[in-house]
Amino acid sequence: MTVEPIMDDSRDQFPIGMRVLAVDDDPTCLFVLETLLRRCQYHVTTTNQAITALKLLRENKNNFDLVISDVHMPDMDGFKLLELVGLEMDLPVIMLSANDDPKLVMKGITHGACDYLLKPVRIEELKNIWQHVVRRKKFDSKDSNNSGSQDKPHLGIGGGSGSAGTLSDPNGKLNKKRKDQDEDEDEEHDENVHDDPSTQKKPRVVWSVELHRKFVAAVHQLGIDKAVPKKILDLMNVEKLTRENVASHLQKYRLYLKRLNSMVNQQANMAAALGGTDSSYLRMGSLNGLENFHTLNGSGQFHNTSFRSFPPSGLLGRLNTPAGMGMRGLSSSGMNQLSHARSSSSSTVDQADSQQVIHPGNHNGDVLQGMPMTLGLDQLQHIKGVTHVRELSTAIDNRAIFPICSGLLDAKTNIGSSSNPLLGVANTTLMLEQNPQAVQGGEVFGNHSPVSLASLNSELSSPLLDHRRLNENWSTAAQSSGIHSNSFQLNDCFKQTTQSTMHQSNVRDDMSKRALQMGSNLHDVSSATSVSTELQDRRADMHCGASLTSSNAGKISNNAGPQGWVDHNPDSSYHSNVMCNTMNSMIPVQAAVGPFVQSSEPKNFHPDMDFNSIGESNFFDPSYTKHEEVNKSNVETSLKLKQGLRDQRKPQESYISSSFGSLEDIVTAMVKRVI
Amino acid sequence: MLGLGADRLWADMNRLLALLFHQGVLDEQFVQLQQLQDESSPNFVCEVVTIYFHESEKLLKNLRGLLMEREFSDYKKMGIHLNQFMGSSSSIGAKRVRNVCVAFRAASEQNNRAGCLRALELLEHEYCYLKNKLHELFHIEQQRLLAAGVRYPMQN
Repeated sequence: MTVEPIMDDSRDQFPIGMRVLAVDDDPTCLFVLETLLRRCQYHVTTTNQAITALKLLRENKNNFDLVISDVHMPDMDGFKLLELVGLEMDLPVIMLSANDDPKLVMKGITHGACDYLLKPVRIEELKNIWQHVVRRKKFDSKDSNNSGSQDKPHLGIGGGSGSAGTLSDPNGKLNKKRKDQDEDEDEEHDENVHDDPSTQKKPRVVWSVELHRKFVAAVHQLGIDKAVPKKILDLMNVEKLTRENVASHLQKYRLYLKRLNSMVNQQANMAAALGGTDSSYLRMGSLNGLENFHTLNGSGQFHNTSFRSFPPSGLLGRLNTPAGMGMRGLSSSGMNQLSHARSSSSSTVDQADSQQVIHPGNHNGDVLQGMPMTLGLDQLQHIKGVTHVRELSTAIDNRAIFPICSGLLDAKTNIGSSSNPLLGVANTTLMLEQNPQAVQGGEVFGNHSPVSLASLNSELSSPLLDHRRLNENWSTAAQSSGIHSNSFQLNDCFKQTTQSTMHQSNVRDDMSKRALQMGSNLHDVSSATSVSTELQDRRADMHCGASLTSSNAGKISNNAGPQGWVDHNPDSSYHSNVMCNTMNSMIPVQAAVGPFVQSSEPKNFHPDMDFNSIGESNFFDPSYTKHEEVNKSNVETSLKLKQGLRDQRKPQESYISSSFGSLEDIVTAMVKRVI
Repeated sequence: MLGLGADRLWADMNRLLALLFHQGVLDEQFVQLQQLQDESSPNFVCEVVTIYFHESEKLLKNLRGLLMEREFSDYKKMGIHLNQFMGSSSSIGAKRVRNVCVAFRAASEQNNRAGCLRALELLEHEYCYLKNKLHELFHIEQQRLLAAGVRYPMQN
């Protein structure tokens, strides 16, 4: 391990002299990294142990500007280090890995990494990493006006663009949320002015897990309404903690609770809408075991507002993108539709729960961002549901295209979360959270699958007619609410058919993959096009042209009417609709859509087709246990469809049910063909 | 003249490098390492590669040990070793070794022991080849420096 002395003069030439701490257990990579960083004229400290790195950082967090850490380390998981650094030191952390698995990348981002680099690291990438420091400083200096966190005057970053800063900083550090600071701004600013107006440097309070636990305990003891900073401070009895620190922390905590509350309320509303009533809400509350939820019970407000993506893993401030959530558009009508789609009340309740759960997740992540939610593992377990949702929602595009899917998925997670030991604090990755979600979703749908299958099988009217009918419904639906609703119905249908065979692991992967994709960009038509192109390539016999899909995708992106696909033949429009929705959700649905489209394409059906691609053969086969990937893709598809559906959907309840019915017809027809 | 010897060695070295790049044994990243070598770190490439060899041999021994176990089932552990091997190989530009690691990892993810064994053998083979060639390269480089140094002591 080498440590370089800090030379103040070099800090004035930022980024030259930026102090980097590099952590990697692989000596080869560490040496190369160190040399590369030196070549970029940074000050480099290296260590091959995460524990040593933490010790160095804790000794004096002002020693470093940036941390680069490998993901896989023997003594501590890189993500855990990431969280701790973000929590305690609020430093930008860049993850490094030889593994380019998108799930890991997603995990890194959701845990708050500024960036995720793949080995081999190139010097060009390292030359730009100083941006993360600047970005963070910008927000910090904003907050420093309020909370007295230290500033770096020589960087010349003023506290100016608060809102811009928060918006553009995906990491959502504790102090970044301008909104969180607003209430405290006056009093804290005044206090800062009183205390030491000339010096902006104040020792930043690190809201460690222990400290936060004390804080939460004190707040609960006092009662959330009666908790005032002075009393909290007295109860906490922590040295060197000032009232201002507590006040700003309390404000963030309140915002977090508010957000949770509205999510809970939304879930309650959804439960109510779905017929679950209070039981589901309470059930959800109990499932989550969230103290907060209990206390916030019964606000009864239904929030139709779009939710911002939720900071993942409830862990803290390392929230990545407070992008729009996928839960947008969850209207009661939507919920009704959802309930229609799922005719069993139990699943409705489940869904309501999940949806409720999701909402919290989808809620504006700002609150969480502001909250140094260093809850203990046990506490996190309680917030699992929320966490999952958050992470999922984080992955969800701002356009909230996947409202129902997310909700269902989240519900599943929440439902499973109480019993799912996987949801740990540090590693509540999307994958973990998604797994239970997916599983839950599968279970929920599973209830319906026999029903839907039966209905599917019983309605073997002419496929074309069905398709046409479906198309008409879809057209109408699309016209009224966009293609998304159609995809939603379709999704429900498919989901039902594929529920019974969903495997947890697959769903997990699926969910994480999906979340990843969802996170990436809903409105990336080009990727939609590429996905459609891929689908095309995979199924040479697919009728849906890339142009069709891309045009449809474009339409979907623009929430345009389904004129495009209405004009096409029922099958292709159906396909394209599905594909578009799928692509719209930007999930690499190749596997999902492939079999999906293929099976739904009567003209192209080949009984002896090689179903080696994911999910092809089993898409409509309720017993496709052997094709776990299909499940994955199905979930993906359904998720995507849901997402697409969610977006600007205002379908009529009756319409939805009728559409759904016809969707079932089509699916039935398709199943028949596939089988 | 020693100077000519140095030039010839220089040509030998370049030829060997060209061959290795052509074969895909080394890639662009190795060039980056070479560019990182300068007056402040004159033996950088040699040092890095030495560290790499040392670590890789440990990893290969671990992998071999794991697969030779009678009841081997710890694919996860193997995956961890592989991940490190992949990372370090890609960091020094050992492209072929890294590619074999990728295939090895795929076999390991499928719990395919036979596939893993095959991949391990291929990995060992590729690694040996790389090691020999790099040793040769360093040897030529050393001789060249010696030759150049003796003849033209002020030059590097």
